[in-house]
Amino acid sequence: MSDTIVSLPDQSTARIPKMNYLSKENGLLSWLLTGDHKRIGILYLISITFFFFIGGALAGLIRLELLTPQSDLMATDTYNKVFTMHGVVMIFLFLVPSVPATLGNFFLPMMIGAKDLALPKVNLLSWYLYMIGGILVLVTMITGGVDTGWTFTTPLSTHYVNTNVLSTGLAVFIAGFSSIFTGLNFIVTIHKMRAPGMTWFRLPLFVWAHYAASILMVLGTPVLAIAIVLLALERTIGIGVFDPAKGGDPLLFQHLFWFYSHPAVYIMILPGMGVISEVISTFSRKRVFGYTAVAFSSVAIAVFGFFVWAHHMFIMGVSNYAVLVFSLLTMLVAVPSAIKIFNWTFTLYKGSITFETPMLYAFGFMGLFTIGGLTGVFLGTSGTDIHLTETYFIVAHFHFVMVGGMLMAFLSGIHFWWPKMTGRMYPEKISQLAAVVTFIGFNFTFFPQFILGTLGMPRRYASYPAEFQILNVFSTAGATILGVGYLLPVLYLTWSLKYGAIAGDNPWQATGLEWQTQSPPLTENFVEMPIMDHEAYDYEWLERKNLEKQKEVASVG
Amino acid sequence: MDHISPAIWQFLVKWMTNFALFPPEASTIAPQMDALLFFMVLVSLIGLTIVVLLITAFSILYSKRRHPVAVQIEGSTLLEATWTIIPLGLFLVMFVWGALIYFRVFTPPANAMNIYVVGKQWMWKAEHPGGQHEINALHVPAGRAVQLTMISQDVFHSFSIPAFRVKREAIPGRYTTVWFQATTPGTYHLFCTQYCGTAHSAMVGDIVVLTPEDYRKWLAESTSGASLAQNGERLFASLSCAACHNTRPDARGPSLANVYGAKLALTSGQSVTVDDAYLRAAILNPSEHITQGYAPIMPTYQGQISEEGIIALIEYIKNLNSDYRIQQTTNTTDMLPESADKTAPAAQKPAVQAPAAQGTVKQ
Amino acid sequence: MSDNSAIADGVLENAHDEHPAHLRHHFHDVEQQADASNFAMWLFLLTEVMFFGGLFTAYLIYRNWYYPAFVSASHQLSIPLGGFNTLLLITSSFTMAMGVWCAETRRKSGLVLCLILTFILGLGFLGIKSIEYSEKIEKHHVPGFHYSLNSFLDPNSDAAAKAAGDKPLPLDVARHTELYFSLYFAMTGMHALHMIIGIGILGFMIFRASAGAYTGGHITFVENFGLYWHFVDIIWIFLFPLLYLISRH
Repeated sequence: MSDTIVSLPDQSTARIPKMNYLSKENGLLSWLLTGDHKRIGILYLISITFFFFIGGALAGLIRLELLTPQSDLMATDTYNKVFTMHGVVMIFLFLVPSVPATLGNFFLPMMIGAKDLALPKVNLLSWYLYMIGGILVLVTMITGGVDTGWTFTTPLSTHYVNTNVLSTGLAVFIAGFSSIFTGLNFIVTIHKMRAPGMTWFRLPLFVWAHYAASILMVLGTPVLAIAIVLLALERTIGIGVFDPAKGGDPLLFQHLFWFYSHPAVYIMILPGMGVISEVISTFSRKRVFGYTAVAFSSVAIAVFGFFVWAHHMFIMGVSNYAVLVFSLLTMLVAVPSAIKIFNWTFTLYKGSITFETPMLYAFGFMGLFTIGGLTGVFLGTSGTDIHLTETYFIVAHFHFVMVGGMLMAFLSGIHFWWPKMTGRMYPEKISQLAAVVTFIGFNFTFFPQFILGTLGMPRRYASYPAEFQILNVFSTAGATILGVGYLLPVLYLTWSLKYGAIAGDNPWQATGLEWQTQSPPLTENFVEMPIMDHEAYDYEWLERKNLEKQKEVASVG
Repeated sequence: MDHISPAIWQFLVKWMTNFALFPPEASTIAPQMDALLFFMVLVSLIGLTIVVLLITAFSILYSKRRHPVAVQIEGSTLLEATWTIIPLGLFLVMFVWGALIYFRVFTPPANAMNIYVVGKQWMWKAEHPGGQHEINALHVPAGRAVQLTMISQDVFHSFSIPAFRVKREAIPGRYTTVWFQATTPGTYHLFCTQYCGTAHSAMVGDIVVLTPEDYRKWLAESTSGASLAQNGERLFASLSCAACHNTRPDARGPSLANVYGAKLALTSGQSVTVDDAYLRAAILNPSEHITQGYAPIMPTYQGQISEEGIIALIEYIKNLNSDYRIQQTTNTTDMLPESADKTAPAAQKPAVQAPAAQGTVKQ
Repeated sequence: MSDNSAIADGVLENAHDEHPAHLRHHFHDVEQQADASNFAMWLFLLTEVMFFGGLFTAYLIYRNWYYPAFVSASHQLSIPLGGFNTLLLITSSFTMAMGVWCAETRRKSGLVLCLILTFILGLGFLGIKSIEYSEKIEKHHVPGFHYSLNSFLDPNSDAAAKAAGDKPLPLDVARHTELYFSLYFAMTGMHALHMIIGIGILGFMIFRASAGAYTGGHITFVENFGLYWHFVDIIWIFLFPLLYLISRH
């Protein structure tokens, strides 16, 4: 009885299928002008990874500076630019597109039994907009950077800095359209292109999660766009809309900005939650516990997520009664996330669990997201927010949910679907090691920051009182370990492209439609249009199908 | 203990005694906030433990080796209800408890003394009513409620005293307030916690809590001579406020004696209570704040007066408790150099009547 | 929003030779393709609503705070010009709708005519807008460095203010007129930008329509553009009363 569910074809005879989406056409133009959602997903994967490491390098610089209480590694102005660019790159160029643009693009059509997304050209346009935005951010960095913080608070960003606010704003504006078009594409695809028999409640939870995130992308991002437009006008012409001297209100910018930026965090996390649903189900061999609850909770998070933005503004001078309302709504939005955690946990009950790398990352997600999410409640409670806001507690909170949560989910998904995307397995032992190293490094890096926060250390500080040094040193030490944990996958995944074991159609014996085709898939995904005649996560259906196949004389590849 | 090097031992002792998870509790609200924080930590720990235990237990009991065949379970409405209602209930408890604390922190008691704070890149200026000015420091007495009325001269800043568990933004364009009552004399951190540009991390200082006697001593030593109200009086005259806001029966503006805290009917029909925010708005945007019965002729002083100037004027107005006092202002400041050119009608001294007769404000 | 086309009754036969040229291969049939494109366009318009929504929010807040200033500032706008523009735009929506009908009923010359009319009306709108803008520039009503409060401090110096019977505003109220113009330019400017993009696409469509691209049964492009054009029209129908008709008796 083995400890793993991996079932690979006989390596001595197995080959990557000759005809697949990678081999279909060759040459740079076939990639740069592709309409194939899978190729676009790969393009995104490469570019996102690139920007992730830029953001990571910036993070490294931050942690190095914070080793000592004085602002001694770099000028304070430079430090301010470093943390601003770290935020901008990580949020807009990594987290927002990460799962949707890579795994979502690649697998959404396959999961619903379609040949492509509804609007392939718009999909490609999305990638180009993303690249333009990303390159513009790089240019901004090279030509002096921006130091307003990723939140562009007015009037600092409009009247009090001389750095590249406009170009960064433009870059974010353009990248925002990339996000809008991706979300739009997903919604149309899910509504209009499901295969026969694929009813809403037979959809994989990954699709539900992306549907909810897409609603947020489509409805929230335009408000950020207009906030940036007004910011640019205020900065260049001085229209006065945020300037108290002219009758404007700087808080208006805060409202417009957070109206997007709060749903943005759900845009970032929901697709990751979709990944976790798939992974936990596959590696427990069980349908996700409470499928309907998990599906509806994704939508609930999206809907409630629109009504809580002012919890980022509790001490900024909004009225006490507004604080009451937003705090209450924040409590409501926390509940669906809790529901999901418990549903995933109970998916394990009476399952048949194995601990391959995607599952390890999923477990890491569950623990760290629970901590991150609970600390969100600390902040959503108006009274305690007074003490904790604007300190390292906030920094720790969002890194727990974004890095401990979302990034782990992303890595889980990459490892889970790597065999499908490339036809190759990644090396299991070293990847499990990397997962554990990441988990340890993460906790060392970010847990001390909770304590720094309750002790009162403010965020965005280049220098700090000496008594905070020990915790900062811990945090930087952890960051080094974390860096190793993130570097390893890049190395071994690249290695696996040439030397990894041949994966075959369904190495995990998973139930999704994407696993019923070859690895890597054909450009048109399916030879025949699939007909969905079973529920999602139907492992009994899979077993019957396998038995049928065994009865026929079948050859793979 | 022989095996542990003395250096490490020293480090450990120092670490253990200095290390705390929370800053010192130096205000009356701090223990209340800490109580809620502890509750939340406890609930989080229990929640986390439950989740981790369940995951660990299930992983062991139902690993493939031990449990090779999974049992398909659709769900359980009872369980869903349980883990929806219990977390929601706990979160609502936190919400109510936290809201109570929030309201407490931002509703100053009636007997609070008031200190003005102006934030600007990159320093905090504290203005005590008695005329004491501090930069990046704030001396307060223990055992007294202290309200801070804050504003920023430029960008958003945030006045944070971790040891008191209070924090509030200082924003440009309007006042924000927060209050606390310090309990233990000592020196505590003051931080600016809203990113405000280059020297954001240098915008730090000390909150010095003194015993009441030491505080009195400090007040006496630190005064610059003129109180805020006295400075306000000079400004009142030099800006010709008294040209309209005087004691004459045909004055073009309402008398400001006792106006602070009073209810005022505006020409728009609105009724307002005169507080700091109202006075500031009335000085900078007078046309929207005309008292009923008066013509909208007050000019705006926007651009002509600094935030400190407005604060001084407000302090002066706060202490104006009689028309006689206003008359005194005119009398006193008439002779000041800056009043030389201002041949305001009020300079002609009308008959000064006894204070009591003119003590009412036109409503 | 019909999802029926998503659930067909059987396996699609390999009918590669039988489908119209414009059917993209990831769709089963033209109905699904048209349905999806249509739905996508409605969604896109929803994002545009959210986009303009931010501006409308700012407008509502500041109009509420600074009503007298907004009234005086709005009197600077010319109702005849604005009204005529509204007429132009509504008519262009009509011609556009006619164009869609022509495409549906395969009337090629009718379609080209309607598109040309829509194009001209759109250009007319922009022309009048530029006249209005240049007036504002002359009078120094463009927010920013050169903004002048004279028209509001001394209404007799300004024809429009005099005609509206405005009283002189105190300085602090007059200052808030700049906010009105900021929103005026931002909102009408954003609207004009959408019109320019629309007119550009119209130009492209006129060429393609004369080549018969839209009268062969594949009208999705025209239909969806029609939606966009109507949306731009509706935005203007909100802008006109909000900006031009504040407190007019």
